[in-house]
Amino acid sequence: MDVGKWLEYLVDHGRVVRGVVYVVLAGLVVADLLIPSTYDRFPWESWGGFGAVYGFASCVLLILVAKGLGYLLLYRGEDYYDD
Amino acid sequence: MTDVLHPSLLLFFGAAVVPLLRGRAQQAWMLLVPAVVIAAVYSLSHGTAGAMSLFGMDLVIMRTDDLSLVFAYVFAIITLVGALYALHIKDTTQHVAALVYAGSSLGVVLAGDLITLYVFWEMMVFSSVWLIWCRRNPASMAAGFRYLLVHALGGVVLLGGVILHVLDTGSIAFEAFSADSAGFYLILIGFMVNAAVPPLHAWLADAYPEATVTGAIFLSALTTKTAVYTLIRGFPGTELLVILGVTMSLYGVVYAVLANDIRRLLAYHIISQVGYMVAGVGMGSIMALNGSAAHAFTHILYKALLFMGAGAVIHMTGRAKVTELGGLYRYMPITLVMYMIGGLSISAFPPLSGFVSKTMVVEAAALDQRAWVWLLLSLTSAGTFLSAGLKLPWLTFFGKDSGLRPEEAPWNMLLAMGIAAFLCIFIGIFPGTLYAIMPAPVEFNAYSVGHVLWELQLLMFAGLGFFMLLKRLEGANKISLDVDWLYRKLLPRLATRAQKLVDQVWGGMLAALMGRLRWLVTTVNRHHGPQGVLARTWPTGSMVLWVAVMLAASLLVYYF
Repeated sequence: MDVGKWLEYLVDHGRVVRGVVYVVLAGLVVADLLIPSTYDRFPWESWGGFGAVYGFASCVLLILVAKGLGYLLLYRGEDYYDD
Repeated sequence: MTDVLHPSLLLFFGAAVVPLLRGRAQQAWMLLVPAVVIAAVYSLSHGTAGAMSLFGMDLVIMRTDDLSLVFAYVFAIITLVGALYALHIKDTTQHVAALVYAGSSLGVVLAGDLITLYVFWEMMVFSSVWLIWCRRNPASMAAGFRYLLVHALGGVVLLGGVILHVLDTGSIAFEAFSADSAGFYLILIGFMVNAAVPPLHAWLADAYPEATVTGAIFLSALTTKTAVYTLIRGFPGTELLVILGVTMSLYGVVYAVLANDIRRLLAYHIISQVGYMVAGVGMGSIMALNGSAAHAFTHILYKALLFMGAGAVIHMTGRAKVTELGGLYRYMPITLVMYMIGGLSISAFPPLSGFVSKTMVVEAAALDQRAWVWLLLSLTSAGTFLSAGLKLPWLTFFGKDSGLRPEEAPWNMLLAMGIAAFLCIFIGIFPGTLYAIMPAPVEFNAYSVGHVLWELQLLMFAGLGFFMLLKRLEGANKISLDVDWLYRKLLPRLATRAQKLVDQVWGGMLAALMGRLRWLVTTVNRHHGPQGVLARTWPTGSMVLWVAVMLAASLLVYYF
């Protein structure tokens, strides 16, 4: 098995890969809506598709908060500590 | 258990022999020693050994029970993996440092009393710092000294706590501390420094990216996880640790988003992942403590794998910044695949190792009805996948073409990564093998439909967010301020200012003193100087006159 060739193939067929990923994303939400939840410790565990919303929101929130902190407060030039 | 060989002794002996060997003999020795240590650790049975009395203290050099063995097993495994990864290095100092460091870490997790623990604890610091210095550039020298200073300070706090604890309780045994003993908080702080709990964490993200490519593997595995062990042993159910653990898990992922150096990004993910373990210790339930121990075990393997992947890229290209890398998938495909196994493991993708351990800690939060802990740890999961699973590999191996055309990493690096990757997959598929060695019986099924669906949705949709915001995530040629700013910038600045102040005061005092001196000199000069009254020469005539006056006076006195 040539790993490099296999990767090359995936990169060349990026559109297909992306399509497959979209199908998987939709499939996960549909499955979560259809399969009744087995947990009820928290109310949201029975909300179908909540994981998808929460994952997406977490990701966006983290990027915005982190980059916001970076540009407003934390980022410095790379030679900041070399006096 | 009496006639047993302490695995640390094996490693110390191994380290002592390394400088005598050269070339292939040294390479063979570097593999043989950890292999023997693995055998020695696996042959340990429960009990204590090396009990002795020293200055009236009852030392227990070695205590093996379920908890210490979990850590001893994985430390022994990672020592072999790390040694294999470093096999091509012709630097005796590094090899010796790595073996002593691993031996000291094993000494800590096997220590039955606080004095033994403290001695090995300090040995860890003084051996591991060489893995940073051996990079042999000014940045690593400076980072090594800062690392040393922070840990020396942490060690003093720990020692102070131990002394107070012993004075208070009269016992040096290392068991769970009760909050009313005097040394409780000092010992806790000492352990928290090594666990990199904010705000005591900055040494980690400062020093690990400056370490040698191979030394970082040992560093990533050992220091923070010995601290997790000591926290599980000493501070189970300390509520404060829940808050600190959740905070550090979030802290790590936020800074990982900002990081540009690939190993700094991974270093912040150590802080984040150790946050799960610390939170588990704080919750203190059986599920939570098992979760912390299990997560430490899997974390060592996948984190070492990630550092090995990133290290291979640095070793082959000489570059470490996301902004200078890109398009390497064609040239280092095996490294990419290995890295991704680590990346998906740390993100807790089923069926890999992180999934079967991280979900235990999250499940413990659910069982305790800790909604905030559960939600924030889940948010961290998404953030972990975002940086370690997507951003780093995407910008390093895909993204823009950096023009770099490196070869694939050497065989020993690939093999070491392969072993770690195999273990990540194996534990993920057969979690029972991991659960079987946990400190308490595990009643948990990670692969319930609910868990798998939740985790996959969480991660896949976080991935969707990543690709939608990819433009915003591309690395910036910046560094991010962290708590180390206090001692790298503020403290020197204050010191400079203090020096200026002292200079001024001193100068003022000196000027005042000089004024008095000058006055004295002028006055003396006026009377005794060449023109002074007292330095005048008197004519002989006046001398004779005065003598005549005196004689006349004495004649008069005599006469009457």
